[in-house]
Amino acid sequence: MLTDFGFILLYFIIGFVFVGIGILTAAVLRPSHPNPIKNSTYECGEEPMGGAWIKFNIRFYVLALIFLLFDVEVVFLLPWAVVYKQLGWFAFIEMIVFVVILLAGLAYVWAKGDLSWERPRPYIPSLRDLVVPKKD
Amino acid sequence: MNLVDIVFYFFAVIIVASAAVVVLSKNIMYSAFSLLFTFFGVAGIYVLLNADFIAVTQLMIYIGGILVLIIFGVMLTTKITGLEMKTGITGKAQYAIGGLSTLVLGGTLIYVFNSTSWFKSPSVPTTSTVEAIGASLLTNYLLPFEAASVLLLLAMIGAALIARRK
Amino acid sequence: MNEILWLLLIFGIKAIIIISFVMLCAAAFVYLERKISAVIQNRIGPNRVGPFGLLQPFADVLKLFLKEDIVPKNANRFYHSLAPIITLGVAFSVFAIIPFASYLKIGDRVIHMGIAPNINIGFLFVLAMTSVGVYGITLAGWSSNNKYSLLGGLRSAAQMISYELAMGLAVISILLMSQDLTLTGIVEAQKGLKWNIFLQPLAFIIFLTSSFAETNRSPFDLPEAEPELVGGYNTEYSGMKFGMFFLAEYANMAAASAIISLLFLGGWNFPFIYEWLGFANGSVELVLVQLLVFLAKMLFMVFFFIWTRWSIPRFRYDQLMNLGWKILLPLGLLNILVTGIILMYI
Repeated sequence: MLTDFGFILLYFIIGFVFVGIGILTAAVLRPSHPNPIKNSTYECGEEPMGGAWIKFNIRFYVLALIFLLFDVEVVFLLPWAVVYKQLGWFAFIEMIVFVVILLAGLAYVWAKGDLSWERPRPYIPSLRDLVVPKKD
Repeated sequence: MNLVDIVFYFFAVIIVASAAVVVLSKNIMYSAFSLLFTFFGVAGIYVLLNADFIAVTQLMIYIGGILVLIIFGVMLTTKITGLEMKTGITGKAQYAIGGLSTLVLGGTLIYVFNSTSWFKSPSVPTTSTVEAIGASLLTNYLLPFEAASVLLLLAMIGAALIARRK
Repeated sequence: MNEILWLLLIFGIKAIIIISFVMLCAAAFVYLERKISAVIQNRIGPNRVGPFGLLQPFADVLKLFLKEDIVPKNANRFYHSLAPIITLGVAFSVFAIIPFASYLKIGDRVIHMGIAPNINIGFLFVLAMTSVGVYGITLAGWSSNNKYSLLGGLRSAAQMISYELAMGLAVISILLMSQDLTLTGIVEAQKGLKWNIFLQPLAFIIFLTSSFAETNRSPFDLPEAEPELVGGYNTEYSGMKFGMFFLAEYANMAAASAIISLLFLGGWNFPFIYEWLGFANGSVELVLVQLLVFLAKMLFMVFFFIWTRWSIPRFRYDQLMNLGWKILLPLGLLNILVTGIILMYI
């Protein structure tokens, strides 16, 4: 088993060295004429407004948290799946209990709206908007 | 020194160096990003211990889950990314407290490591550990296994609650 | 000592062949994508460089090598360069466990067609590598210090972790069928026409959808939605660094098609062919035929990927998240349940 992993490690190293060589070759070949305008942050031709490292929606964080917990569940399910046929009904019921408890959590975050993202609410102009209000 | 030892030291160097960056870096984002190499090195050590399943789990959960969570968490905090981190105490007191706690913690670890009578397995597993883990989880260690699901449920509800409170 | 040298030699040959294969695949798929999209949109597509424009991707790579590398002033230089290396390196790594055919026998020596296809953890390795891929893209988004990049990287990370769950659950039902974690074992369990696409159609659909999302391909290409995010996480990349992301995208597509072929389309299995040809196990002819069958399936999947991209419009972000969490995740769990009950009765 260790030899297999050893080969994987070697392959990793070869892969990364290959990519590194690619970057280095490019660094030797390419021209370099930087100027302040070229090196400014791209914002569709406008002057960039403020930094980019800003606070973003907390939903992403909650999502990552829920993912982490379900990832652990998947990890627990894997060894179960491999020995399932040997262990039979007992293992099946145990796993159902395990999954149902976690599903309760999913139902909770679902019901509380942590999984639902803001839907766009586009305002579609109608003909009525075009009518100029009468001045009294 | 055989090949396994060399690989072990290779991973050990990766772990220690990247962990040093995590601790010493003044930019919290650098700390968060260099955790990748620490986790990766630990996975390598698990493989050397013939624990293939644990190694992959380490990659999946720590890099895929916890690291992403940490990075999201750091990015969520306003303006922390450009900030230089400083603690309240400065000067010699800092070094004294740091050195003392390192000594106590390190000493305890070394003491425990030396005084425990470690169980040495007579044979190295040659086949996969996944089947063995699955079988023992569902027979001998059933209660901890089910308790884990309750723990996960509580963690999920608690995290969602805290995150939602503005 | 001689034995170790032999192993290393064989490994070296395999590694070089596989890495060149991946690069060649990426180049060929870029060409295919452009040609197929041209056909779909009633255009001609690349036809200037070489016969039928076949050398176009090589010309593109050469051009990218010679392009100036622009790093924005506010970006973090080190991590900005690290991100494409990690992304492409991870895309290569997945191929370490993919078996391209069963095995070759020369004398008493059995040579497996892959770096380590018999590794015990098998598919788990792919899941782990996908996790590392998320990291590369987040890093690219953050280090550019650009709003578009950051949003693209975030979206991409959130999307990839959401669909990774559905992907893992789909694979668990496959494992229930095969009771074996190694990819070779999963392929062997699908002998003849016992392909998982027929036995596990729901898992196939879940897995296919998730792999579209994992590779950031349309209709899940929100991270690089041009009208809103310019180039997404690679907005601030140019030259060969951009080329690396580009190659990684196609290498990931190659990996995804290879894995779908192995898990669901029976890998190198094909009904009747092998009985009809009657080659011995481990012979060169057999391996060649297996390789061809496998590559044909892989090519079909790639065609499917490209076909979908040019036929279906992009999702909205809330639709994408709903699909992942509220439809595919429960369906995956349900599929495991049903598979478990059926397996008990047969």
